[in-house]
Amino acid sequence: MSDMSFVRTEMLPEKEPPANSVGVIGWARANLFDGVVNSALTLLSLAFIYYVLSGLLPWVFQSVWNASSLTECREIMEATWASTHGHACWAVINDRWLQLLYGFYPPYPATPDVVFGATEGALPAYFRPNLAFVLLLLAIAPVLFTKVPRQLLIVTAAYPFLMPWLMWGGSIWGPLMAAAGFGIGYLAYRILAPIAGELVAIIAAIAVPVIWWLFLAGSVAAGLESVISISIPEVESRKFGGFMLSILIGVVAIGASLPIGIFLALGRQSDLMILKALCVGFIEFIRGVPLITLLFVASVLLNIFLPPGTEFDIILRVLIMVTLFAAAYMAEVIRGGLAALPKGQYEGADSLGLNYWQAQRLIIMPQALKISIPGIVSTFIGIFKDTTLVSIIGLLDPLGLSNAIRADSAWNGIYWELFAFIAFLFFIFCFGMSRYSMYLERKLHTGHK
Amino acid sequence: MKKSVVFGALTVAGLAAGAAAAGTLDDVKARGKLNCGVTTGLVGFAAPDANGEWKGFDVGVCRAVAGAVLGDPTAVEFVPTTGKTRFTALASGEIDMLARNTTWTFSRDVDLKFTFVGVNYYDGQGFMVPKELGVSSAKELDGATVCIQTGTTTELNLADFFRSNNISYEPVPIETNAEAQQQYLAGACDVYTTDASGLAATRATFEDPSAHVLLPEIISKEPLGPLVRHGDDNWGDVVRWSLNALITAEELGVTSANIAEMAAGTNNPEVNRLLGTEGTLGEMLGLDAAWAKNAIMAGGNYGELFESNIGEATPIGLARGLNAQWTDGGLIYSPPFR
Amino acid sequence: MTTLTDPPKESFRLSMLIYDTRYRSLTIQAVAMIGFMLLAAWLINNTMVNLNTLGKQPEFGFLMEPASYDINQRLLEYSSRDTHLRASFLGLLNTLLVALLGCITATIIGVFVGVLRLSKNWIVAKIMTVYVEMFRNVPVLLWIVLAMAILIESLPAPRAFRGETPSATMNLFDTVAVTNRGVYVPEPLFSNSLGNIHLFGTSSMRFDISLDLMLILAVVVASIFGIRAVNAQAKRIQESTGDRPNTLWKNLAIFFVPLIVVLYALGFHLGYPALKGFNFQGGTHLRNSLIALWLALSLYTAAFIAEIVRGGIMAISHGQTEAANALGLRPGKTMRLVILPQALRVIIPPMISNYLNLTKNSSLAIAVGYMDITGTLGGITMNQTGRELECVLMLMACYLIISLSISAVMNWYNNRVKLVER
Repeated sequence: MSDMSFVRTEMLPEKEPPANSVGVIGWARANLFDGVVNSALTLLSLAFIYYVLSGLLPWVFQSVWNASSLTECREIMEATWASTHGHACWAVINDRWLQLLYGFYPPYPATPDVVFGATEGALPAYFRPNLAFVLLLLAIAPVLFTKVPRQLLIVTAAYPFLMPWLMWGGSIWGPLMAAAGFGIGYLAYRILAPIAGELVAIIAAIAVPVIWWLFLAGSVAAGLESVISISIPEVESRKFGGFMLSILIGVVAIGASLPIGIFLALGRQSDLMILKALCVGFIEFIRGVPLITLLFVASVLLNIFLPPGTEFDIILRVLIMVTLFAAAYMAEVIRGGLAALPKGQYEGADSLGLNYWQAQRLIIMPQALKISIPGIVSTFIGIFKDTTLVSIIGLLDPLGLSNAIRADSAWNGIYWELFAFIAFLFFIFCFGMSRYSMYLERKLHTGHK
Repeated sequence: MKKSVVFGALTVAGLAAGAAAAGTLDDVKARGKLNCGVTTGLVGFAAPDANGEWKGFDVGVCRAVAGAVLGDPTAVEFVPTTGKTRFTALASGEIDMLARNTTWTFSRDVDLKFTFVGVNYYDGQGFMVPKELGVSSAKELDGATVCIQTGTTTELNLADFFRSNNISYEPVPIETNAEAQQQYLAGACDVYTTDASGLAATRATFEDPSAHVLLPEIISKEPLGPLVRHGDDNWGDVVRWSLNALITAEELGVTSANIAEMAAGTNNPEVNRLLGTEGTLGEMLGLDAAWAKNAIMAGGNYGELFESNIGEATPIGLARGLNAQWTDGGLIYSPPFR
Repeated sequence: MTTLTDPPKESFRLSMLIYDTRYRSLTIQAVAMIGFMLLAAWLINNTMVNLNTLGKQPEFGFLMEPASYDINQRLLEYSSRDTHLRASFLGLLNTLLVALLGCITATIIGVFVGVLRLSKNWIVAKIMTVYVEMFRNVPVLLWIVLAMAILIESLPAPRAFRGETPSATMNLFDTVAVTNRGVYVPEPLFSNSLGNIHLFGTSSMRFDISLDLMLILAVVVASIFGIRAVNAQAKRIQESTGDRPNTLWKNLAIFFVPLIVVLYALGFHLGYPALKGFNFQGGTHLRNSLIALWLALSLYTAAFIAEIVRGGIMAISHGQTEAANALGLRPGKTMRLVILPQALRVIIPPMISNYLNLTKNSSLAIAVGYMDITGTLGGITMNQTGRELECVLMLMACYLIISLSISAVMNWYNNRVKLVER
């Protein structure tokens, strides 16, 4: 037999796929010009994009960055492009961006200007709010990302006391004594539990810190301050403004509403009729009215509801109302988390003989909160965006400031640039957070499947 | 003194009732700061500059009072208020006085229970129209679209004016001056109406001010002045006479330039009484003898305040008009310091 | 031998209130109730004391005083001599109007965008993604302000329509004028009008019902019943004979003939807007403030609805699509007949809360000067009368009632959809 074979023994080299199915062309054919309707849609979209960009890009980039007033801006435009239309005057941002970020917060709060042996002037400008912001990122990192070292949770625990001190200033003893309240409560529980029984201990663990905070903490802090004075310059909340104010309101509202929200959610789930009715009533009431009406309450009514002579400044009042508002939404988010837990978890806890609070603390809440994090993040985004409403009651958030800036005769008449800048910053913040929340949702999703 | 302590997450504020019964004057002195309500921003009257310093005509009144009471014109906390929040802020004690170009009306004085201590600017509601419309009187505005700023007496005056003249109009209520200005320039309204000072200030910032005219009709009286709560006459007197001190200073020729010289003593007994070198006027108010001097040093006398913030040398360029001294045919008139 | 003994009779001890689980819940509830009542009493007492010092007793008499301000956007007749109550009522109607319009358009845009985001066309999907992200991540208040600014800046002023060579012209055969004061569209007029019924006399709640509209509505409803009867008849024939008679012409006739007859009898004609004096006169004027608010609210909410719709569609297993394809349904029909009906079940509950949000966000109308209830009752009325407590409470009550009614209606609908599913 000859070696003749009808079967090819060697492989042919692979041929290139047809040119119109790979590369840019192939991709375009598959994704853009797949049929008449799709092609038409593509062309329409391209025309739309061109229309938008051709208007927007020259405005954004052929712009004036250095000028001290709108009139000067217009003169420069006239000189450069022979027209004052279609060009942005970013000089206003250049002039006022620190104000838009920090409001009237002093870059170097004065008197007493010596902190830890160094004058505050030696520190970078806006050292305190910036540090508070960095610490915020450190504090939430261990909550948001599992890979971050657990030791950072100490920052998380300290943050609620550290942040007000950094932002408002004053003596460190105030926040320290506030934190001490929790320690005192724990001590009271540990001491009383063996002697007087669990229940008395729990009641004491709640009552003693409350008494401490209301009546003792202030004077003890003042006493300690007079012995060892550790204080940084005070800054009044009226100085707060700009994005700092938005972030502050958002963070405080979410932080403070989390515990309230947990209790409301548990109350709504509970079998105790009156308790449930109260919680449902509160949640539905808050969710049924717009935030702006609650802000009206904060600005015109809250002082009427409190004992004569009580005085919160407007930012604290807004913080209280926004916290209540956030708590109702938070309660619903956490209720969702509770409902998503399989029933077996509750039954498992019961069969281990755990009582209600033990079961909540050890089994239910850790899981429910974990599932709720995406919801909590989106609640935060919502609250953060809603902080713009405080401009309606006269607080100087970015929108409020934009109005104040336009009341300066140098910038009167400027319009789009400020809004564009504010929208851009909000977009960056919210987009970042929503990406995180989506990442988390995907992660949780696979975990459960 | 009321002090709010922020206790971490709990935000427990000092619930101790403040010395509510004590007078506002004592409160201010104890606090070392004057809380003064201003607008969230109105060209020439109150606006923060790039450093967060408040500037403007109303702001000048606040600083004068702070100078008189505390001797330090910078010891003022400016509380931005909106048309909605201003009266509650004053009534609740959040601010000690309101200097927010507020019109002195019967119901605000009597029903809302405030005391207007005087008038720092006599205004009136006017109309601005583009020249090309060829309108020469507000009575020709039948069927026009009118931009108004809400939250003021403006919308009430406007409704009354058109109703009494039996002509129709379309109101476009707008929250802020900046937006009103934008709508007006774009032609979304034919007419812009607000206080004449505001119109002039707004027109001054237009690209082409000469293309717009102010109509001759002034349809309302708008005496704008600082106000305090009812029931604290002592504090009311302090604010009233601080304002009067500014006015009298202009009348007597006391300016921030020559005040140091005049405070050493002059031949004019009224100047001496005003500046505290003669008599005990300061003591009667519960202030020190140099109170009026400090008030005037804060930003100059009434005329100087006017010229530096809204006067003809500024971009706003308002003429004194009604707001000239009575000796010059205006309405600005202070009772004597005696 | 057994002796039956009663178990020792339990005597009630006070400590059982705490340690016995049967009574503990009662105790807790009693404590909660007492705590709540104490809190409420404390708040009310504070309010009373404070109001006394301010010398403002809560009373609602101010509502009956003349409002003295004008409202441009009004669904009922109103003049500045009407009462504050009437002004608030008009504001409430305006709130409801924009909420209703907003919900409808937001749903349409949202479903459209949600579906297009899943489109195979890369560029279309990307544009939709950009739209959704842009709107979701910027505060709605900014969007409302921007929408208003864009309308004002980009559309021509009425004076641009004037002169020999106007720079702007009316659209659609000179029937619609799009200006930066709003859109003027033709209005229906009846030359042989039947008049109106006046309800509630001269009170603040008075309103007129147009008999013409009622008649037209009645005719349309009757026609629809007629068409249903015809279709039912056709179905019967189809079931008995297998042939379905063509009902199209019959249906069209039943619908249009009576309607046209009635319209003719009423002397129906359109009133066209025309430039007179400062403004366009005649026609229906959709004001810019309404359009801007409507547009911004619908686009903002639609971005959220789009995400919900996308999520709902993606929740339907891919097998459904494949099965529909196997049956030979085109993509459009697959979506309409197979995917969307199933996705609806997932979509509706979050949709309800978005409708609620839209309604509540409509309170931001004051930013563009649309006179909704926040602008009238919570705005000018509150400003001019200084009755903050009463105004804010009434305002909250109004929104609460609207919200609760929307939830109730939507929950009812949700339950219906669920039943169909089973």
